[in-house]
Amino acid sequence: MTTKRIGMEGSFAIAEAIKLARVEAIAAYPITPQTHIVERLAEFVANGELDAEYIPVESEHSAMSACLGTSAVGARTFTATASQGLELMHEVLYVASGLRLPIVMTVANRALSAPLSIWTDHSDAMAIRDCGWIQIFAENAQQAFDLVLCAFRIAEDLTVLLPTIVHIDGFYISHTIESVELLEQKVVDKFLPEYRHPYPLNPDKPVTMGAFGPPPIYTETKKAHEVALRDSKKVILKVWQEFGKLSGSHYAPVESYKTEDADVLLLCMGSFSETAMMSIDKMQAEGQKVGLIRLRLWRPFPTEELRQAVSKAQLLIVFDRALSLGGAPPVCSEIQAALYPLKTKPKIVSFVGSLGGREISIQGFEELINNGMNRAKRGKLDEFEIIGVRE
Amino acid sequence: MESLAIYVPRLVTIKEYFAPGHRACMGCGEALAVRLVCKALGRNIIIANATGCMEIVSSPLPSTSWEVPWIHTLFENTAAVASGIEAGIKILTRKGKYNNKTKVVAMAGDGGTADIGFQALSGALERGHDFIYICFDNEAYMNTGIQRSSSTPFGASTTTSPAGKVSIGQTTWKKDLPAIAVAHGIPYVATACHSYPFDLMNKINKAVEVNGPSYIHILSVCPTGWRLASDLTIRAGRLAVETGIFPIYEVEGDRYTLNLDFPKLRPIEDYFKLQGRFRHLSKETISQIQERVAAKYSKLKERAARNNYQQ
Ligand SMILES: Cc1ncc(C[n+]2csc(CCOP(=O)(O)OP(=O)(O)O)c2C)c(N)n1
Ligand SMILES: [Mg+2]
Repeated sequence: MTTKRIGMEGSFAIAEAIKLARVEAIAAYPITPQTHIVERLAEFVANGELDAEYIPVESEHSAMSACLGTSAVGARTFTATASQGLELMHEVLYVASGLRLPIVMTVANRALSAPLSIWTDHSDAMAIRDCGWIQIFAENAQQAFDLVLCAFRIAEDLTVLLPTIVHIDGFYISHTIESVELLEQKVVDKFLPEYRHPYPLNPDKPVTMGAFGPPPIYTETKKAHEVALRDSKKVILKVWQEFGKLSGSHYAPVESYKTEDADVLLLCMGSFSETAMMSIDKMQAEGQKVGLIRLRLWRPFPTEELRQAVSKAQLLIVFDRALSLGGAPPVCSEIQAALYPLKTKPKIVSFVGSLGGREISIQGFEELINNGMNRAKRGKLDEFEIIGVRE
Repeated sequence: MESLAIYVPRLVTIKEYFAPGHRACMGCGEALAVRLVCKALGRNIIIANATGCMEIVSSPLPSTSWEVPWIHTLFENTAAVASGIEAGIKILTRKGKYNNKTKVVAMAGDGGTADIGFQALSGALERGHDFIYICFDNEAYMNTGIQRSSSTPFGASTTTSPAGKVSIGQTTWKKDLPAIAVAHGIPYVATACHSYPFDLMNKINKAVEVNGPSYIHILSVCPTGWRLASDLTIRAGRLAVETGIFPIYEVEGDRYTLNLDFPKLRPIEDYFKLQGRFRHLSKETISQIQERVAAKYSKLKERAARNNYQQ
């Protein structure tokens, strides 16, 4: 079913997925580290390898706005951005989800200015946490390819109709050449049928989209949006299952790594999970009862799966790659909210690190886990720590 | 008079695509202009509408005034949304998934065009999408309560450019949006006013036939914001044109046509004195404005004459 393994940059693997998905409209604006994706797509269109309209807009605000238009008439739509570009799109993101337009986007996660940084962290992703899109994190190029393909199936499902973001860490996934197995066109065509919006803008059957919501109706529209986003999990699970059968790659909202006998769990999101796995391997070989949890599905938040995954742990060490300046780290505060109602739950230690592309090594994660265990022993659970800061 | 009453209505469809029952103010020139535009456009269109008075008065969930496909998303992105609609139709048509010859129309106020949506407009005109962009210019942010825009005329008092003891109100000259549209080298640019309905509708019909972007700038009298009696909307629009303050012209390629010309322009006081927003202006300021109006008008006239000569 899959093609032979080839060495390929993560961005190009994503572009291959877009081509295989027969995307019909792309509106995008360059920003590092996302640009390779849309450059490759422009090439595909220029060479006639992909029959799509490519709109070279003048900003990210217009990129997402043009995507509203292409999606509202019923074209399968893709864009990609990062960091400042995502922030410039901010208000448009809420409109895309509120109008239930199944746009798919990859965000090559990057820090936010100031100071300017082109390197990866999750500040951009966390700033749009509440925008009502389905949000999924990939850890490597293969996953990016797979999850982008699945994203169209999920987003366009008539019971879902919600835009979907696949987050990929800038450079670590976007610019690294990895070995990737693509899928054959006929396999993708079967998995991802042609898209038809149920009520597109069309003079044959006029609709009003984007009417304003006075107080007697606004709450109901937002409740409907909330329910749709929560319920999308069923479709996500179904689509990932089906994809697993045809490709051999299996995905779950929360993925565990060597957690069977672990008392202590580390929780990560994105590409650093792979480094953390190697730390876990090493520590387990040394006899330590540690394991790893990777949060793949960020929205809708997989509360039950998370509770299940940590049910036997004594200690959960949460690693955030963004700050909520002046507040609790964003991933950790969600984890705490999800576990707080439980009678038995692990203690939680919160760390923030790797901001603006700072490396963290196998040894670094080992130190972080040891540090977390020490903190728990000393009962220091009330504050989070930013690791590796030069004072 | 009688014969006009018989045949004029026959020139215009009785079908309404912008249905009555919306919540516009009494005497709203913008609502009238939208209605006329929609009559001229017919049903094979998709409208992208910016946030502003027209969106708010026409679409409180769960009701709508729009008998044609219509989308509102945000204040400043209408030209970009229209770009997407146009591109979407193109690819779906190519793939045999869409079969209706549809014109895409973007509608926005002067604030949504001259200020916050300026970049998106320029981008869409430059990219050459096949669409009509219509600016309904009521010379301020009316939806939010009469704040100045860069299209507010010199000397007008608004809530953010109030006339006061040491201020004459707006102290900048109206941004010349049609000229900026022309500078993009697009095939068709025109100005119009609801007080000249046939001229307005002819221009819309022309724009529909254009392949590529057209820009239509419609002066839309706002009794509420201009502090004008609501039964004077049509007259105020006429006076804006007859005084030369808002000339009615079109530009096809680089050919200028002054659609309505007057051997002698009326003094601008005739227009100003109807409106509370200019009431505070001194004789000196008015004559300063009068000079500027005359100079701009004669430049436009020269341009149009040059075209005729070249012909
Ligand atoms: C980003 C953003 N800023 C401000 C507003 C508030 N706002 C809504 S409509 C409007 C003014 C609209 O003025 P104009 O475009 O001239 O249209 P009009 O209401 O006069 O027809 C403003 C300031 C908004 N909706 N979005
Ligand atoms: Mg206005």
